[in-house]
Amino acid sequence: MQTMTDHDDVAPRAAAGDVPLLRLRGVSKHFGPVEALTGVDLDIPAGMVTALVGDNGAGKSSFIKCISGIYVPDSGEMWWEGSPVHVRTPSEAATLGIQTVYQDLALCDNLDIVQNMFLGRERLRRTGLDEVSMENAARETLTSLAVTTVRSVRQQVASLSGGQRQSVAIAKAVLWNSKLVIMDEPTAALGVAQTTMVLDLVRRLADRGHAVMIVSHNLNDVFQVADRIAVLRHGRMVDVRPVAQSDRQIVVDLMTSGSSTRTAGPRESEAGR
Amino acid sequence: MTKSQVAASARSGPVADADASEGETSVGTVGGYLRASVVRIRGGETGVLPVVGGLILVSVLFQSLNGHFLTAGNLVNLLVQAAVFSLLAMGEVFALLLGEIDLSIGFVAGLSAVVMAELARPTVGWPWWAAIGAALAASAVIGLVQGTMITRIGLPSFVVTLAGLLFWQGVMLWILGSGGSILIQDNTINDLASGTLTKAAGWGVMLVVVVVFAGLTWRRDAHRRASGLVAPPPALTIAKIVGALLGGVALVLLTNADRGILVPVYGLPWVLVLVFAVLAVWTYVLGRRRFGLYVYAIGGNAEAARRAGIHLPRVRTLAFMCTSLTAGIGGVVYASRLRSISTALDGGTLVLYSVAAAVIGGTSLFGGRGKALHGVLGGIVIAAIDNGMGLLGFSAAAKYVVTALVLLVAVTIDAVARRNRPAGT
Repeated sequence: MQTMTDHDDVAPRAAAGDVPLLRLRGVSKHFGPVEALTGVDLDIPAGMVTALVGDNGAGKSSFIKCISGIYVPDSGEMWWEGSPVHVRTPSEAATLGIQTVYQDLALCDNLDIVQNMFLGRERLRRTGLDEVSMENAARETLTSLAVTTVRSVRQQVASLSGGQRQSVAIAKAVLWNSKLVIMDEPTAALGVAQTTMVLDLVRRLADRGHAVMIVSHNLNDVFQVADRIAVLRHGRMVDVRPVAQSDRQIVVDLMTSGSSTRTAGPRESEAGR
Repeated sequence: MTKSQVAASARSGPVADADASEGETSVGTVGGYLRASVVRIRGGETGVLPVVGGLILVSVLFQSLNGHFLTAGNLVNLLVQAAVFSLLAMGEVFALLLGEIDLSIGFVAGLSAVVMAELARPTVGWPWWAAIGAALAASAVIGLVQGTMITRIGLPSFVVTLAGLLFWQGVMLWILGSGGSILIQDNTINDLASGTLTKAAGWGVMLVVVVVFAGLTWRRDAHRRASGLVAPPPALTIAKIVGALLGGVALVLLTNADRGILVPVYGLPWVLVLVFAVLAVWTYVLGRRRFGLYVYAIGGNAEAARRAGIHLPRVRTLAFMCTSLTAGIGGVVYASRLRSISTALDGGTLVLYSVAAAVIGGTSLFGGRGKALHGVLGGIVIAAIDNGMGLLGFSAAAKYVVTALVLLVAVTIDAVARRNRPAGT
């Protein structure tokens, strides 16, 4: 068993090179007598996709809610770009550059793509909304992410496919210079082609230098897109390792029993991407 | 990555260029723009098409049954009749956009009328503008109180405004007292609904409105085209402006024709100018201001709006204030038309007609979809049914039945159109 491979350097440093974007140490959260998270450690580096997997009730949701400021952890420390931080509200997380795309996407069907992407942070002019500036920025963000399948950025979100809606939600998260994008089950409701489209987008985000964390039940997706796999079990982080040192059976073992006796062979059939 | 870097990569990427040029060809021409509109309509965004079609149908029907329906005199009369319905319906649109309902606006209008009439009495002696101002302020405060109860305490709008319907009816009856009615002797107030502009003034007002509309529309569309945004082609912009001009000319010709029976009566009624002004302001607020966008966002997905950091109670309360304020304007017009206000005011029927008018006009009862224009058009439909059936000698009973059927047809069109939308919405 290989645990906490990220424990190479506990004391955070200011040097940009090897300091992860977000470093979490000993994060714990309980609800009454229920221990949702117990001493969770994780590093989330920029430019990589970190997958967070675990069985139902393993604490995945609680964990991302702690990062995105919806829950305040009972204990634990957080370093953002090497400096200690406390995230107490979603807007504090957003100020740091943490954006979360929840499973329900939080889009307004009756508004168009531009209006959705800027909802709550509209650009204003003296006479009202600055539509021109917002439409340009929205289009630039979408094209930079190569989201090219939408007919027009002035389309209502109601008329988009599931994958397009997910793409808009992700672009909305990226629009505000976010550095860490957390996605909760981004492919859960999608078909095969739409899933590929969204996973490609996730990959591009990481290649552009964003830190990405995806929560997923679907190990196919995880092995297709992730660089690192973090496994939660009963509120504890049982394993974090690069995807190259893992395979599907190891992850399933870790999720169900907390350990695995297997070692990953050199790139088996399903592990590549 | 900074925003300028994103922008740079967007401009330099081959994918970005391909997308932009594809976008240009699909919407840059008149044909392409119309095709996009057809796609939108088939996707369930029918807008004002059903109500305009319905208006034409109703007009043809009544005209074929009674040649008096489409005369200048009757049409102007119809538009004046429609004013109160249209104003109340525009108010109701705000509540419906939130996915809420306001049942109190009939008697809010009544109370507004009573406040104005009471203060404008010669024995009290307030000038007309102060009396109207006080009436509108009272209406807005009612909206504030009801909106606060709905949003801060979390009571259902149906119940709060149902209580409002009863409460404000009681207050109205109380003020009217045993006399039961207040005559309005102020000429300015009475002229609001009954007075007309001179022929020349009618032309002048129409031209100013069309020129301002043309200037704003042209500047906006040209700016969007220049910035490479989704914009209608110049031909369509010109068509919109010409259409507005033709509509304005038709209205002024219609109202400037002599419609008197014993003495000549002509000129654009003030009340039409007032309804148009309210329509213009609310259209701007809902379509161009952040507040309007938030109203739509809350109606579409309140949870998404909350997560986006929108202060829901404030926006909702303000929307309920807009509803009540507009109802107050409707009440002023109502009293002005009757030159008095009495206990005969039936706020229950008024509010039901205003909800019906908003829905007939194309506003959704489920929130998030609707415009001020829908209220105006729906009000005209209801007035047209009332007026046309009156000309044909039908009873009030028959009018209610037909209005009900039209309402059902309108809701059915909305429901069927929405069914054609993509799954998951």
